[in-house]
Amino acid sequence: MVQMTYRDALRQALRDAMTEDDRVLVIGEEVGRYGGAYGVTKGLIEEFGPDRLLDTPISEPAIVGAAVGAAMAGLKPVAELMYVDFIGMTMDQLGNQAAKIRYMFGGQIGVPMVLRTQGGTGRSAGAQHSQSLEAYVLHTPGLRLAMPATVADAYHLLRGALRQPDPVVFIEHKALYTLKEEVDLSSPVPDWGKAAIRRRGDDLVIVTYSRQVHNALKAAQDLSERGIEATVIDLRTLNPLDFDTVRTEVERVGRAMVVSEGVMTAGVAAELSARIHEECFDFLHDPVVRVAGEDIPISVSVALEAASVPTPALLRETAERLVA
Amino acid sequence: MTQTALRATSGPAPRHNSDLRELYTQMRRVRTFEERVGELFVRGQSAGSMLHLSIGEESAAVGVCATMRQGDTFTTHHRGHGIFLARGADPNRMMAEIGGKETGYCHGKGGSMHIADMGLGHLGANAIVGGGIPAVVGAGLASKRAGKGDVSVAFFGDGAMQQGILYESMNMAALWDLPVLFVCINNQYGMGTHIDQATKGRELHLRARAFGLQGETVDGLDVTEVREAAQEVMDGARTGQPGFLAVECYRFFGHARMDKSPYRKDEDEALGRQKDPVLHARAALIESGTEAGDLDALDRGIEAEMDQAIDFAVASGEPPLASMFRDVYGPDEPEPEPVRTRIDRVLARE
Repeated sequence: MVQMTYRDALRQALRDAMTEDDRVLVIGEEVGRYGGAYGVTKGLIEEFGPDRLLDTPISEPAIVGAAVGAAMAGLKPVAELMYVDFIGMTMDQLGNQAAKIRYMFGGQIGVPMVLRTQGGTGRSAGAQHSQSLEAYVLHTPGLRLAMPATVADAYHLLRGALRQPDPVVFIEHKALYTLKEEVDLSSPVPDWGKAAIRRRGDDLVIVTYSRQVHNALKAAQDLSERGIEATVIDLRTLNPLDFDTVRTEVERVGRAMVVSEGVMTAGVAAELSARIHEECFDFLHDPVVRVAGEDIPISVSVALEAASVPTPALLRETAERLVA
Repeated sequence: MTQTALRATSGPAPRHNSDLRELYTQMRRVRTFEERVGELFVRGQSAGSMLHLSIGEESAAVGVCATMRQGDTFTTHHRGHGIFLARGADPNRMMAEIGGKETGYCHGKGGSMHIADMGLGHLGANAIVGGGIPAVVGAGLASKRAGKGDVSVAFFGDGAMQQGILYESMNMAALWDLPVLFVCINNQYGMGTHIDQATKGRELHLRARAFGLQGETVDGLDVTEVREAAQEVMDGARTGQPGFLAVECYRFFGHARMDKSPYRKDEDEALGRQKDPVLHARAALIESGTEAGDLDALDRGIEAEMDQAIDFAVASGEPPLASMFRDVYGPDEPEPEPVRTRIDRVLARE
């Protein structure tokens, strides 16, 4: 067991992948000499050199587009988008090119690239640096989507992403980089595409991912003190989506709350709620309740920012009312 | 003409005037392919409504491709039939793909605007203006690492000259000394908008030079001149000096099949069509002693080849419905669940 941060685990995953396979290279803004805006790639340029850590101009569409071409030509690029908020800049290369090349070309070739980025609130970074845009990605067939919540998953999901035959959007959470956990990276974790049950209880199931896993666990702790036991499912990857685990748990317990930091309307929580309603209808005692981001932009104000996304208190209150 | 022979001719660049016949042959094949491809609709094939012809632009495709070699890769715009043919594509499989048939290059899923063939280095045609350009930066990176001197070429139209992605890509290619070539086939029109109504910066190659690329413009009338200009920038690209070439052409027909070009005058169109690289090469061949009857026989052979391609496409079957869910993800990944299967599952409850 070793103490490690989420940021260190990501760096270790990149280091191990780059050591094992010289086709792996990192391409993005400030990934080399600067070491990454959030320090994930710090020091890697000294280990692997500037040909493996390519500092780019501020050209997000071309960063993703170059990664597409590099992947088609046999390399394994890890492109970095400094903030997920910039994903709109790259949506043609990501959604029209990377996601569709295998299909449009009749299966001749895939685009095995990883787009590492980070999102979410927690740093008072304002409306264009704090969003949770995973629904944009999930709405595009052909793109895989991983969102690690734990230090071990920061490592294993990134290693897993680099083994995929298809483009993976890998969204880290900016508030988790300093998360420190005791981990043994050699101990087994669920396979790529499998959800993890982080806590078991018989009163309700909380289905979530990324930072909200931690909020859900906090809420579950409080609920437990009040006699309510929650199961907390960490989806880990949203595409592939391990709905079997969700279904099994919801059918066992009969109540579900889905939690997402992304905005409520047409979001990931909406998709999960619809699926649970459709597939677990006969097992539900109550409607599935969504707890998601408000349908508003994120403010710089610390107070407004914090109130814009689900908090442990809101999760606890909602769960209590659901179970009551 | 056999397929083997065609592939062989798409190899190293012809270097002498005696090769004009070969360049003419390739241009005539492109033109005849484009003239005949509309026949698919006449023959009742419904797929592939998006059809963009490159008639009038043959010298750009053939002249540049004559400088390419095996191992080189390329992407094209939506008007790229000629480029793919000039790189050795099989007209049968092209025609079948355009018609959405199983025997096509992409099993009927890509069509005219998304045709590709990894065997010939075709990293894909593109329906997004400028969308295929940055891929050559990545392919160029891979090529530079491999160190074999392979070049990756982005072909696009004058419309893409007004897209930001081109400049991001040229900048990166120059910054990293990549073996990459950017080729603008300037047919004067972005759909219905003449280039004069799209930009005041008409000296397109100067934009490339501003980023540190070798940049040239060549008139598209004479295919040998196009080839020579292309050879110059290609030689630079092979040694890590990325280049740009604008080929000035005229789009003889409308933007797409249904476009009758109401935005341009008949007399302007007639004037534009005087810049005909195929007829120009033919006249040059006759002037240098080739018998007209000899060329007529060559043309008829090409017509037969393209008629056969139409027949092949028409006779080919549609892809099976089950293939619809294939190749969204890698071959060992589960296919997406069909909506009907899902509905059945949801409604199957007691």
